[in-house]
Amino acid sequence: MIARCVGNHRGVTATVPRPSPARSALGGLRDRVLRLAELATTPLLPADYLDMVNPLRAGADLRGRVVAVHRETRDAATLVIRPGADWQRHVPGQWVRIGIDVDGVRMWRAYSLTSHLDRPDGCISITVKAIPGGKVSNHLVHRTRPGTLVHLDQATGEFVLPAQAPQKVLFVTAGSGITPVIGILRNHDELRDVVVVHSAPTPDDVVFGADLRELAAAGRIRLVEQHTDTAGLLDAAAIAALVPDLAERATWACGPVAMLEALEEHWSAAGIADRLFTERFRATVLVPGEGGTVTFTRNGAAVEADGATPILDAAEAAGVLMPSGCRMGICFGCVLPLREGAVRDLRTGEVTTAVPGDGVLVQTCISAAAGACDIDH
Amino acid sequence: MTVLQKKADNPIEHLTPEDIELLGKELDDIRQSVIDTRGEADARYIRKVIDVHRKLELGSRAVLLASGFAPAWVLGTVGLTVAKILENMEIGHNILHGQWDWMRDPKIHSTTWEWDIVSPADQWKHSHNELHHTYTNVVGKDNDLGYGIMRVDEDQPWQPFHLGQPLWSFINACFFEYGIAAYDLELGAVIARKQTGDPEFRARLKAVLGKIGAQVRKDYVIHPLLSGPNFLSTLAANFTANLVRNLWTNSVILCGHFPEGVETFEKKSIEGETRGEWYLRQMLGSANISGSKAMHVMTGNLSHQIEHHLFPDLPSNRYAEIAPRIRDLFDRYGLNYHTAPLPQQVGSAWHKIIRLSLPNGWLELTNRRNLLPQLAVLYKMTTGSPKVRRTLQRKLTAGVRLTRAAAAAEA
Repeated sequence: MIARCVGNHRGVTATVPRPSPARSALGGLRDRVLRLAELATTPLLPADYLDMVNPLRAGADLRGRVVAVHRETRDAATLVIRPGADWQRHVPGQWVRIGIDVDGVRMWRAYSLTSHLDRPDGCISITVKAIPGGKVSNHLVHRTRPGTLVHLDQATGEFVLPAQAPQKVLFVTAGSGITPVIGILRNHDELRDVVVVHSAPTPDDVVFGADLRELAAAGRIRLVEQHTDTAGLLDAAAIAALVPDLAERATWACGPVAMLEALEEHWSAAGIADRLFTERFRATVLVPGEGGTVTFTRNGAAVEADGATPILDAAEAAGVLMPSGCRMGICFGCVLPLREGAVRDLRTGEVTTAVPGDGVLVQTCISAAAGACDIDH
Repeated sequence: MTVLQKKADNPIEHLTPEDIELLGKELDDIRQSVIDTRGEADARYIRKVIDVHRKLELGSRAVLLASGFAPAWVLGTVGLTVAKILENMEIGHNILHGQWDWMRDPKIHSTTWEWDIVSPADQWKHSHNELHHTYTNVVGKDNDLGYGIMRVDEDQPWQPFHLGQPLWSFINACFFEYGIAAYDLELGAVIARKQTGDPEFRARLKAVLGKIGAQVRKDYVIHPLLSGPNFLSTLAANFTANLVRNLWTNSVILCGHFPEGVETFEKKSIEGETRGEWYLRQMLGSANISGSKAMHVMTGNLSHQIEHHLFPDLPSNRYAEIAPRIRDLFDRYGLNYHTAPLPQQVGSAWHKIIRLSLPNGWLELTNRRNLLPQLAVLYKMTTGSPKVRRTLQRKLTAGVRLTRAAAAAEA
């Protein structure tokens, strides 16, 4: 799938420090002026007019403008984006939600940031691999031109190095799973002992192949490339054989579900599960529930959803404007309060119930109705 | 006019239930063909219209800062009027219908949009999208038929106060946005039922008053104040723009359902109505305005009222494209596709308003020679008891029958 990795340290959530938005006196004055101007622009907002002139200004909804698209491989590209004035610095390894109009429809996806933090032009970059049938990834890789305006959220995610960088690090990646790792490697020169085990179908398919090989040549990393078309998939035991001091290393892994599961199993068996950082993507287990009517209490829409369809998909198909992000259960951009009813997690089959007053936050992209549901939206 | 079900020559008598279901199927296919091809070009269209509106509104208001200079007043007022019409019709009305919700752009979405008229968007969406579009032209259900203040059907007994109907229709047209706000509030019914203390009504009233305040402040205080010495001329320009916009939108809306020949339906006719029958009612209950591309845009494509009522949530820019297919469908099913130029449709609608303000048959029987005796009849019906009214009405009805028979014999 698309490169999205979130470190989930076995339930221990690391808090990533983030600079708080400075409430400058200038910003306060600006807000007061805008409130006054609204008297003349109502029912529109002054921002509606300002957006026509400068959509990237301070105080605007966060957007970015694509300034360049660099091809990485035949199906991957790096998009260099000039973010709006309110963009806050990200932490290497984090991802950003990006909203782009594909065929006239606004779609949001999350991609790892791959840029150097101190680019002189202040731009950020994401690297996208087009997946077969992927609407957004194909649009970004093949059809997005410089000048395109995109919508952004602030960067987030916990697939990052701790404040005190570990002595020895192992990155296990496959496909576009390399993207957050490149983001980390580019910004952490201080890492001295790094092994990168990366799998891709052929040498040409290695996203950032040239950069990785250069880092390896310079002695910054030890690179193990596995070309799976010819050499087959690497299993956990093979990785352990390739990296004998694995137990001494802090390991970050990003790639397909099967790979992560195999790694988790191996690390658990070795008793070093606490040294592995991964995120479980949308699972293979799909337990069909009984479905039901999902009612959106604030906008009044009622949607019939079956037990195998995420509430997000069912609601969007019925025309309800839903918050959404990665659509695979990791970015929490789609979270809404479940006021009453039951939903089933499509990854685990786990049922979450809410009685009035609960307001359990559920991820609509991986939750299906397990009976009638009232969602606060 | 009389409800379709009571007509001697029912225009849908020739259609079997199977025909009607087939018709529904064909319409579903047309709808799907638009949905399947909805995309970037449509998104570009609505964003372009919004962009043009904003530039035009801002530009016109800037020009009006010098409204003391007569040419600036004229230019600014024309620009502001066009901007307000665009905003209400092609943009506001259609966005609030959810025609652009598929773009998933929270800034162009029926749940977030607010428009430049005194009725708050959510109240209008209820009375318009839910009630009018569901119960189109069903007498007693669709309050758009006369907005609860007019006699719209011969079957409604004539009362002397109906004589004022042309006048208050005109006043309603001039201040149409306030009429709509009152109508969305169901103000008449709430007062009649003495429910003005109802907290839910109070909340809605507060929302309307808040919106009126914001609108009035913008057009009649802030903008004139910004014009400095041109305060009064800018105020006059805003008043004129709102007035012309109100007259225009009222005319377009009258054309949609009021011209002679548009059918109305009785309440019980929609019990258990099928999808095909619902479509058929929309086809017969709406009328189009023919004209140029500019006319279509300025009416918010409500010039394609028939297409709009069949598919209220399809993007308005696509109605023109499907219109020939819809017309062909009317032809094949032997139905009357009601379309005419704007002056003709407006004339027809006003003729109906005037005719129904008078007792049934009165206008038809009156000519220059019998004007005085006819006025005497009208005077007696206006001032007389209900019994007098009934007697004279019987005479009028008999007179119409005689005249028509004589005309038929001559032909």
